[in-house]
Amino acid sequence: MATEVSNGKVEEKIFDGLVELGTERATLSREATLKDLDVDSLDLVELAQIVEDEFGIELRGDDVKDVRTVGDVVDLVVAKAG
Amino acid sequence: MSRRVVITGVGAVTPLGVGSEPLIERWSAGECGIEDGAGRCREFDPLDFLSKKEARRLDRFAQMAIAAAEEALGQAGAGEALPYEAHRVGCVIGTGIGGLPSLEEQQRKLFESGPKAVSPLAVPLMMGNAAAAAVAMRHGVHGHAYGVVSACAAGAHALGDASRIIRAGDADMVVAGGAEAAITGVASAAFVAMGATSPSGISRPFDARRDGFVMGEGAGVLILEEADAAAARGAEVLGEIRGYAATCDGFHLTAPQPEGLEAARAINLALADAGLSAVDVDYVNAHGTSTQLNDRSETMALKLALGERAATVPVSSTKSAVGHLLGAAGAVEAIATVAALRRRLAPPTIGWEEAEEGLDLDYVPAARPLANGDGPLIAISDSFGFGGHNAVLCLAA
Repeated sequence: MATEVSNGKVEEKIFDGLVELGTERATLSREATLKDLDVDSLDLVELAQIVEDEFGIELRGDDVKDVRTVGDVVDLVVAKAG
Repeated sequence: MSRRVVITGVGAVTPLGVGSEPLIERWSAGECGIEDGAGRCREFDPLDFLSKKEARRLDRFAQMAIAAAEEALGQAGAGEALPYEAHRVGCVIGTGIGGLPSLEEQQRKLFESGPKAVSPLAVPLMMGNAAAAAVAMRHGVHGHAYGVVSACAAGAHALGDASRIIRAGDADMVVAGGAEAAITGVASAAFVAMGATSPSGISRPFDARRDGFVMGEGAGVLILEEADAAAARGAEVLGEIRGYAATCDGFHLTAPQPEGLEAARAINLALADAGLSAVDVDYVNAHGTSTQLNDRSETMALKLALGERAATVPVSSTKSAVGHLLGAAGAVEAIATVAALRRRLAPPTIGWEEAEEGLDLDYVPAARPLANGDGPLIAISDSFGFGGHNAVLCLAA
């Protein structure tokens, strides 16, 4: 079943997911922008699949269109869970 | 004034190793890269050429094309920056099947976990033009760029198309070749089902004991340039695409026309395109798959096309050393052919021992010198594909 959603767990999963997609872990922080990390729309769809598998939360295209930083993605998932 | 097409760089990933040197060195020495009935590129590691992120966005065939293009562009002195305005540079890379491993993986996810598990990368991973797109994107190519799909003739068709693009004046340089990595469950089973692959796992083209082709994988990329433009920038010329022709059997889904009529026509048209005739041919790099049907019909085609010259010209098959690289074969074999001409040495048809009635050409059982004075040598490189596609290159070096 889906993992319980907490800020820390979401952040850990998003970070792990981005590393799985090829981002260097050393470059990751909540403040890092997706643009600087070279995270594009295809990455975001894959990240959304990882999030849904883990937390059972569905992110749609509209949900992620305004995210700018890694922290924005984490906050979005936590907010959707709430 | 007509535009000529020269080769200024080559790059290869084959079962004989990563790079064009191991291909020609080891094949000429009679070494075979086939193990356990398949020609796998065991030494190829995509992370030697790509970041983790780049690698996971490309299927294996496109990863290999990137590696081959890297070597070829580097040799041409174009690795850091294109020597021409980007719209004057093209990229044409053939494949027989495209990203089959990716397709099979995504199919598995669909069946096991449903549609939402399918990756957004599935289409760009498996599309047949992925190699051309990836190479063009990496090197900032803005001219003609596309994939060519014609089964086992794709690599040769790509080189032919690329040379025509340059001759027509649409480009001054084209990064051209073929790539294939389809040693998968579905492809292997399918080739077995149609009786095309070798139960013995031995690739011995033109030998009486041949029992089918051995699947291989790899990539070959050549840098083609307009001759005057290459000379103006001082590029070293490795060889020339003197002529090209393509025909179609229009006969059967998989079997070649038994007398090799259209294959012979392609050979003659390629020679005519080069302004040459049968007596000028110093070496033939055969399609030579090790199947009963191809090797017989190709032998007939060579006799038909070359007449008396067919009896004496050395004919060898690269597939005896690497297996059948499908859509990469034509490009890898063009690289091997140019290298053979430059070294003045016909590499062997490894394993050829037993003649069969009617298969009586000189299949070069052991490597031997090609001698014809000091001038450039001329070769024919045959590629034929399921669907009856025949593509023939006339190469000089």
